[in-house]
Amino acid sequence: MFRTADMLEIFQQYRGDAIVIPGRGGRHWVHLSTCPQRDVPLGDPAMGGHASFALGLALAQPDKKVILFDSEGDLLMNLGALPTIAEQAPHNFYHFLLDNECYATTGGQPVPNAKSVAYDVMARGAGYPRAFAFENLEDFAGNLQAILDQPGPVLVAMKVTPEVENNPIGQRPRWQTRTREQVVRDLKTELGITV
Amino acid sequence: MAQAQEAQLSPETVLEEMKKNGVTHVVWLPDSETNWLYLLMQAEPSLHLIAVSREGMAFSTAAGLAVGGKTPIILIQNTGLMESGDSLRGWALGMNIPVVLMVGYRGWTRHGITQDTAATYTERFLNAFGINYYLVESNADASRISVAFAEAKKTTRPVAVLVGDEYHGFNR
Repeated sequence: MFRTADMLEIFQQYRGDAIVIPGRGGRHWVHLSTCPQRDVPLGDPAMGGHASFALGLALAQPDKKVILFDSEGDLLMNLGALPTIAEQAPHNFYHFLLDNECYATTGGQPVPNAKSVAYDVMARGAGYPRAFAFENLEDFAGNLQAILDQPGPVLVAMKVTPEVENNPIGQRPRWQTRTREQVVRDLKTELGITV
Repeated sequence: MAQAQEAQLSPETVLEEMKKNGVTHVVWLPDSETNWLYLLMQAEPSLHLIAVSREGMAFSTAAGLAVGGKTPIILIQNTGLMESGDSLRGWALGMNIPVVLMVGYRGWTRHGITQDTAATYTERFLNAFGINYYLVESNADASRISVAFAEAKKTTRPVAVLVGDEYHGFNR
């Protein structure tokens, strides 16, 4: 396992001009990103929807790389997203998965069969042409450029250290620096979208 | 029999409404009320079909498309709409997505007693979420689809079209 913040620090060096949906990595990404106008930190609009949202964005903007940091708890809620993504086969979609083996935001309870699910195998089984799994940061860092150089869709499952939260939601510090409306407005302005 | 035929909502009419309103992507899960659209949509080069396997995914997919500058429509049944509550709340209402939901109104009957609880709860469900809706039963109602598109755009909210017409055969 490795820390999400350390992984994102490495990823930032390879980000290029990609659109990044940081998902549950958002709390770290907002401090690392050098191109916030291409970031889509939405927090958690409704659990289970990040992969489909990223698919929609990738299909709408086929000339831009769309990079999602999904989480295993989210994906498990909508595993059916995998065959849909594979069927649509967006060449610009890079699906990274933060697997901390638990529901960290609710106190760290394990997800079903937490230690034994192979998300890379699931993705391949659903029809993703490429999928990888990393348990240590050195391997991830050594392969990242090659992964991003190839077309998507690709799933990259990563074992990350849980950052368990036990405070009531209302007492947790907010990491978002912009509202969702502002995030969407900024992205549309950046991409020249007028509708 | 002739009366029944006249009362139909033809797939050509629905497709024309989609084209007129600039729909680029159809995010859908097949149902018995809209199955007749499938072959026509497939043959329409201006439409990109995205098949989902659970209706909640349709809302987040449509949100991504809309944020990326496209005009999606969601095509699902009322049963799946009800399953999608949290996704509808977070990804469509919460993200201010101007999207039209064409919802197969399973169990709808203008006459007699509603036997199917899918129909019983459909309008109650939409009312609970504050989503406006238009009933479309025949070609004569089809202009309401454009009304729904205009309203979604103006209010930046989802608007529903309830399709109260069923079973014209998959291959027609």
